[in-house]
Amino acid sequence: MLDIFDFYDKMERNNIMLSFKGNITSELLTSILQIMESKLSNMDETPAVKKKVYNVLVECLQNLYHHTDEMASQDPVQDENLSKRSAIFMIGKMDDQYRIITGNYMLKENIGILKGKIDHVNSLDKEQLKAYYKEVLNNGSMSAKGGGGLGIIDIARKSGQKLDYDFMEVNDIYSFFTLNINIANNKN
Amino acid sequence: MDTIKIEGSPKTPAVFFDAVAGHLEIKGRSIPENSIEFYKPLVDWLDAYASTAKPVTNVNVQLEYFNTSSSKCILDVFKKLESIHNGGSSQITINWHYEQDDEDMLEAGEDYQAIINVPFKMVEIEEE
Repeated sequence: MLDIFDFYDKMERNNIMLSFKGNITSELLTSILQIMESKLSNMDETPAVKKKVYNVLVECLQNLYHHTDEMASQDPVQDENLSKRSAIFMIGKMDDQYRIITGNYMLKENIGILKGKIDHVNSLDKEQLKAYYKEVLNNGSMSAKGGGGLGIIDIARKSGQKLDYDFMEVNDIYSFFTLNINIANNKN
Repeated sequence: MDTIKIEGSPKTPAVFFDAVAGHLEIKGRSIPENSIEFYKPLVDWLDAYASTAKPVTNVNVQLEYFNTSSSKCILDVFKKLESIHNGGSSQITINWHYEQDDEDMLEAGEDYQAIINVPFKMVEIEEE
């Protein structure tokens, strides 16, 4: 039997404000963002911090949305045991920072490109990130979805911290990608 | 030409484009998953406006939030404005509003200012 108290306890200890696992749809994002906006408005934070958290949340969730959509259309194996449209998202608040964690399946063959992108972003300092953002904004081609590869750069810029990530092997075809974003709630 | 008047929604901004007054306004939040769909009619409108533009066009942009999907579309809107401005048919000013202490929004405006060759005015607004 599923130990719900274990779930509860883990979430409690990690101060999870909201968590979701399942298919990521546009309507779901609207609801999650509404809930988080109202939760944030009740938090004792500066408007600047609330905006930063909300902004990063939007980018993280929309990354999941576009990715799981693409994933379902590219999927080479229709494996019923792996629900590839499904993803997980959590947001919590520890003492001095907000933490946003996302997780989703991805095709192993696509790991290299994503890892390269994140590693590049992580190698840049604040000013270099700003320059890189402008370069991609101005020159980068836009994907059909309109993302244009700016999401990761924007998350790194707004969070002001290196992006922590992991790829965990699931089987020969898929890995599970985890992204862990921290946003400091103090002004510095 | 027709005026564009779009009500704001939880994910898209209110838009008011008035060709007769030479007044364009985008206000609210812009976080749709698919921004192209929303911004395409605005860019098309500006194409038509180029030939009937007022001598002076005031553009007010007052965004609370915008996602990266929108940032590219907003750049497209500004690029259209730039070509109208540089073509000499209208003198354009982009008034970029940001809330006091919202450094990210100010910085976003400065990013556009660095790319687009149109006069920008950074307007600080008081928090509610």
